[in-house]
Amino acid sequence: MSKAQIMNGNELVSEAAIAAGCRFYAGYPITPSSEIPEHLSKRMPEVGGVFMQFEDEIASCMAAVGASYAGYKSMTASSGPGISLKQEAIGLACMMELPLVVVNVMRGGPSTGLPTRVSQADVMQARWGTHGDHMIIAVAPETLLETYTETIRAFNMAEKYRTPVYILTDAVLAHLNGRVELPDPSTLEIIDRTQPSVPPEEYNPYDVERFGEVPPLPNKEKFHDYRFHMTGLNKDKTGFPTVNKEAVEADEERMIRKITGNIKDIESFEYYKMDDAQLAIFAYGTNAAAARVAVDEAREAGIKAGMFRPITVWPFPEKQVAEIGKNFDKMIVTEINLGQMLYEVERATKGSIEISTVLQAAGVPIRPQQILDKMKEVL
Amino acid sequence: MALLNELAKKKEGLVNGHRLCPGCTHSVIMRQVLAAADTDKYDIVVAAATGCFEVSSGLYPYTSWNIPWIHNAFENAASTISGVEAMYRLWKKKGRTDKDVRFIALASDGGTYDIGLQALSGAIERGHRFLYICNDNNAYQNTGNQRSSATPFGASTTTSPNGTVLQGKSQPKKDIMSVLEGHHMQYLAQASPSNWRDLMNKVKKALDVNGPTYLNVIEPCTTGWGFPQHKSIEIAQLAVDTCVWPLYEIEEGRVKINYKPKNKLPVEEYLKPQKRFAHLFKKGNEHLIEEFQKQTDRHWEWLLKREESGVSY
Repeated sequence: MSKAQIMNGNELVSEAAIAAGCRFYAGYPITPSSEIPEHLSKRMPEVGGVFMQFEDEIASCMAAVGASYAGYKSMTASSGPGISLKQEAIGLACMMELPLVVVNVMRGGPSTGLPTRVSQADVMQARWGTHGDHMIIAVAPETLLETYTETIRAFNMAEKYRTPVYILTDAVLAHLNGRVELPDPSTLEIIDRTQPSVPPEEYNPYDVERFGEVPPLPNKEKFHDYRFHMTGLNKDKTGFPTVNKEAVEADEERMIRKITGNIKDIESFEYYKMDDAQLAIFAYGTNAAAARVAVDEAREAGIKAGMFRPITVWPFPEKQVAEIGKNFDKMIVTEINLGQMLYEVERATKGSIEISTVLQAAGVPIRPQQILDKMKEVL
Repeated sequence: MALLNELAKKKEGLVNGHRLCPGCTHSVIMRQVLAAADTDKYDIVVAAATGCFEVSSGLYPYTSWNIPWIHNAFENAASTISGVEAMYRLWKKKGRTDKDVRFIALASDGGTYDIGLQALSGAIERGHRFLYICNDNNAYQNTGNQRSSATPFGASTTTSPNGTVLQGKSQPKKDIMSVLEGHHMQYLAQASPSNWRDLMNKVKKALDVNGPTYLNVIEPCTTGWGFPQHKSIEIAQLAVDTCVWPLYEIEEGRVKINYKPKNKLPVEEYLKPQKRFAHLFKKGNEHLIEEFQKQTDRHWEWLLKREESGVSY
């Protein structure tokens, strides 16, 4: 462990991005994410990377897609309204199958909403914000340290599966200054995109038959040697457009399968005091910190509660939640919105469990006491 | 122009109670704008983009606006006013109103030079009748002073910080007046709250044009630029007297400079009182001030030549 530092969530995302090998950041100011571009405007030049501020969120996300195409690990960050503007570029990265990390420092909405206040109301936007059939990966860290480690994991998954990955933090985590001991950089597992081993003339960016479901993609060193085509249109293995119905459907399915088929590698969750629990709490992100306290306090009061916390929130941990549905009678879903993951929990448990909620969209974190009160009410 | 004592009696369109920083010029400019509007003749409707002024003047449950005011998102003040104006025209056509209403879209530089440029260009091209006012505070001040394309050369912001390699923003400020002039609109002008009579004349003129007009106003920002709260108007005056912010108008392509300083001050006079330029005065950075002066002179001389030529579109 290196020595402890006082840092906030936005700084940690920025530092982790650098540690993960990100060397291109495209920014545009928006509260509460602005400290990320501010921090990276100083740090990127120090590590030989590029920081660039663009004229809007559309341009900044498109630039990050462009940099990824050119072989760079790239990132962009924003909040609510800005993330809405980035959606087209995120869809483009899905279709082009380019690694991209998008940080959404969630605030209240819709529209300008609550620029300085916390929410978790963009989780469904992360899943379905861009149009068309697609699968997405999203992680939601609970603590400052996890913000760091999950950012690294986000880059790794983006590279490994050639896909956009969301990091869902929020206004609380972004501006929470706390003591963090960053892991020794040499202990970090850093994954880079697989490099083509075939000669340039034999390389096709979507040659699934030859390379497997996630074909290699030239990095910034090899980018100049490999000439290839990419487009936002549905494509065949060469990257050129096709409307062949079999090819299109197979490709659409494969783009989803490359993520769902590797769920064991992508999923991440925590069972907190669930072994002997009689009541399950479902919480994620910073809100899980409140749920954790509530679980501890409930146990002191003789209520055997436990928490299930997805860290990878997309793809949704269907199997795990379904199992909780079978093994428990009652569950409390809590999130800082009016019920979004609730739909997923209901879908996964298929009516096998009685679900109560602690939901709040007031711009303030949910307090442990609110969850505790609900536990007492349902038991 | 009405006399001062007449203006003082006029019902204010923007009143006290807003939460702008002490020393902020947003409200000063807006009060000058609304004082200039001939509200006996017509009503004013304002659409405001997200920004300092918007967040500070319309905080629920309070508002400082005594006139109809609509807030939209960040990039679309011009689009929103287009919709409002088009609807008004339809109402007039159908006889649902006989009121004379004039429209103002309000944004700062982020919402004009950068993210709002597309919407502004579209609205001008479609020919809506509205006055677009950009209160140019040279950066994204609402989110904490990040650089914009209106940030001047050399200015240190939170995303163009001065350090060992770079000395603030390396690019010159975007010449938005020239960008918009390319739309061949009837009237556009640049003004400053320090020269309020000039500003008010321009507003009056613009509001009487039956089509799109544009007003670019310098809006000194005490927190972002780093100067004492009581100096805002002085800073604006210095920008004018150094020709960093020339006061001019373009009417059907013909440039008219409204104020030519008798004694054109060196740019240092403008730069020195502002913290964002402090690093330019460090030893070894003299060339940056020279460059700033060069850019300022080049633009000023070009304006003089354009005025002299008398060429119109």
